[in-house]
Amino acid sequence: MTEFGELWQTPLRDLYAQAVNECLKDALVDRSQIQSAWIGCMSSGLFNHQEHLASILSDYAGLNGISATRVESACASGGAAFRAAYLEVASGASDFVLAGGVEKMNDGADATFCLATAADQEYEVYHGVTFPGLYAMIANAHMHKHGTTYDMLVEVAVKNHRHGAKNPKAQFPAEITADTVRNAVRVAEPLGLFDCSPVTDGAAAVLLAPVEVAKDLGKPLVTIKGSGHAVDAIALHDRRDPSRIPSVGMAAHKAFEHAGVTARDIDFCEVHDCFTIAELCCLEEIGFYEAGQAGAATLAGETALGGKLPVNTSGGLKSKGHPVGATGVGQIVEVYEQLAGRSGARQVAGARLGLAQNMGGSGGSSVVHILEVK
Amino acid sequence: MYGIVGYGSYVPRFRIKAENIANQWGADAEAFKRGLLLEEKTVPGPDEDTITISVTAARHAVTRAGIDPQKIGACYIGSESHPYAVKPSGTVLIDAIGCGPECHVADYEFACKAGSEAMYVAYSHVKAGEMEYALGIGADTSQGAPGDALEYTASAGGAAFIMGSENVAAEILHTYSFTSDTPDFWRREGEFYPRHAGRFTGDPAYFHHVLNSARGILEKANMKAADFKYAVFHMPNGKFPLKAGKILGFKQEQLEQGWVVNLMGNTYSGSSPTGLAAILDVARPGDNILMTSFGSGAGSDSFIYRCTDRLPQIQDLAPKVRDQLADRRIHLDYGKYVAYRGKIRVNEM
Amino acid sequence: MISPRYHREIPQRYRLEAGQCNGCQEIHFPPRAVCRKCGGEEFTTINLPTSGKVVTHTVCWIPPAEFDNQKPYVNAIVELDNGTRLTCMVCEAPPDEVTVGTKVEIVFRKLQEEPKWEVIKYGYKARVVP
Repeated sequence: MTEFGELWQTPLRDLYAQAVNECLKDALVDRSQIQSAWIGCMSSGLFNHQEHLASILSDYAGLNGISATRVESACASGGAAFRAAYLEVASGASDFVLAGGVEKMNDGADATFCLATAADQEYEVYHGVTFPGLYAMIANAHMHKHGTTYDMLVEVAVKNHRHGAKNPKAQFPAEITADTVRNAVRVAEPLGLFDCSPVTDGAAAVLLAPVEVAKDLGKPLVTIKGSGHAVDAIALHDRRDPSRIPSVGMAAHKAFEHAGVTARDIDFCEVHDCFTIAELCCLEEIGFYEAGQAGAATLAGETALGGKLPVNTSGGLKSKGHPVGATGVGQIVEVYEQLAGRSGARQVAGARLGLAQNMGGSGGSSVVHILEVK
Repeated sequence: MYGIVGYGSYVPRFRIKAENIANQWGADAEAFKRGLLLEEKTVPGPDEDTITISVTAARHAVTRAGIDPQKIGACYIGSESHPYAVKPSGTVLIDAIGCGPECHVADYEFACKAGSEAMYVAYSHVKAGEMEYALGIGADTSQGAPGDALEYTASAGGAAFIMGSENVAAEILHTYSFTSDTPDFWRREGEFYPRHAGRFTGDPAYFHHVLNSARGILEKANMKAADFKYAVFHMPNGKFPLKAGKILGFKQEQLEQGWVVNLMGNTYSGSSPTGLAAILDVARPGDNILMTSFGSGAGSDSFIYRCTDRLPQIQDLAPKVRDQLADRRIHLDYGKYVAYRGKIRVNEM
Repeated sequence: MISPRYHREIPQRYRLEAGQCNGCQEIHFPPRAVCRKCGGEEFTTINLPTSGKVVTHTVCWIPPAEFDNQKPYVNAIVELDNGTRLTCMVCEAPPDEVTVGTKVEIVFRKLQEEPKWEVIKYGYKARVVP
């Protein structure tokens, strides 16, 4: 993956190519062997006035002639692209398939406006609701129902920055203090600036192949054990309990069923912390914690590196950055690196089974993958 | 019998006190309050305008009338602050209250008289047998130029009246209009604030038309001040309507109930209509009411109403003027006031 | 220029028109082509009630450009008396007047009026009732 950050000098078409280049070098596979690509990107049309990414990005990555498709599912675009690539390989249709994701958000467009297209335009955004506003309403509902406190949200941000400080590709590779989070300007109460993931440019790419082919490449054999995908009502007001995000639970359930494992078997995970509250909700939906318990577990250090279930060792969306379409693939990169034992200062000891959960909008879609190192 | 079958009023929650305006411009607050007989005025919120005020007042009128809005054959909004330069306010209203598409719609303007003329036309249609019900509304969110005397009084609010012939709550006995070309107050195209001719707005404009219109209707009806329980005149400030009433022989008790200006300001096209609504909120069967509006430019429409047995049955069905004037007010400082009124120049989006 | 979309949505924005499934009575706001509960395709038009209560809420301090003049404002999910939920602004309220369970009424207000040359957008907001 590229660095994540404000990459003023790198255009959209080069971001993807850079990620592909790094991926192919790592895979020791020649460009000419690639047969297909699935590319996640939420909003190049609004951010960059560029659609038809399958063509332009493949062209600029030296991949003309392959089959390529741009996948969109708001912030779950990357995860959905990864799943599509997985299904193509699993079906036997292709051997070498790229799953990529890219977003170039800093080209001058109004990011708030562009991102808001992931919500219900007519019945949420039209009324002045922003993304921080939606997650703030989820947070207020969660606090009202479970007694979750703001301190718990603060700890999510502090922890993820502590992890991200060890990630050279992160947008904000620096620790922050709890006071910084608490005193930051409020965006939508109770969320402040440091509860929100940033606006980021970046790209990530992974290469998939059938197990029989992959095992002969001389690399750690990381396999996709489970894949689950679910959509749900786009509007928060159309979900019965606004403190919950059911699409995450539904996707996780399918992934666990497919993998034949349970939440207890997972060693570490990357979850979609677009806002601090989202990390707590997702951990509960996936089943790592009972409803309302993830906050206390976070305060107790369970989800930090060295804890019982390290969450977002990459720094999460909060510290690493959130180039929307790339995020889901970036999560897979982190899970892969951990399973391959290559995470250096961020390494989870004995990591064998990892989970990546990617989510779109306020929970309108979610994709969960479970990866295993053999 | 033809007259009002349902009425409704809307008073915004925001207020600004006269002293906040005076202190801003280095004026003598007490002198202004005494001179204008005014404490505070209403301020429309940033999400309110003549259309939203009209819709709310009209919904209350429909509730009081107890009719299917589809039966309303015409809707007229009279205002000096229609939100668009070109596009009708009335069309938003009919789709909001559900009385379209078979409905005649026109927007009226005539400075502060636009409300009463909407009421007059609505009444005339019903009287002529053209339609079962017609709706006339006076509503405004008028602007006063910063630092000008009118800034103390120009306010927001409105009242809606459904005219009909069945279940009449206040019968209209007579109408009379008195109009002439009198340049007391105007606004040219492209100008943001209106201008006025100072003291000329008094005797030659307001009093000339109000007094002649009132005298004219009293003569037509062969009635005198003592025959009325209530009288309400257009209220550009606290003093003018009381003076007009006194000249015509009305007593303080007859003028009090409709005299809402000291707490509300001058709601322009909504002024005497809101005063009328405040009277209807408490009037009893058999009470006679005189209403005389005034619009600069200039003209006055007069009406004589007689309340029926039906009125007490509908008074409590929707919010009352004086309850809204007293309840849950939100006072603004001058900075918030000018921000809400769009008087601060900001970069275009 | 949003006229076609704006015009289509007037029954919902001005009058809270919803669709009730003829099969299972589930109410959909806005109306839909398919019932989310039973998959039915036949609906009856109804008007939603105009009173309800707050389910969850927030105060927006950093709004999108067209709402900047109204900040800080309260957004809330409101559950109307018949169980239907919608998202809207709660106008006028000092933010601490609004909490989970606060009773509100639906009022007719301007939702957006920027840019200054575009059509003014009217619709529903909520207002706290004492």
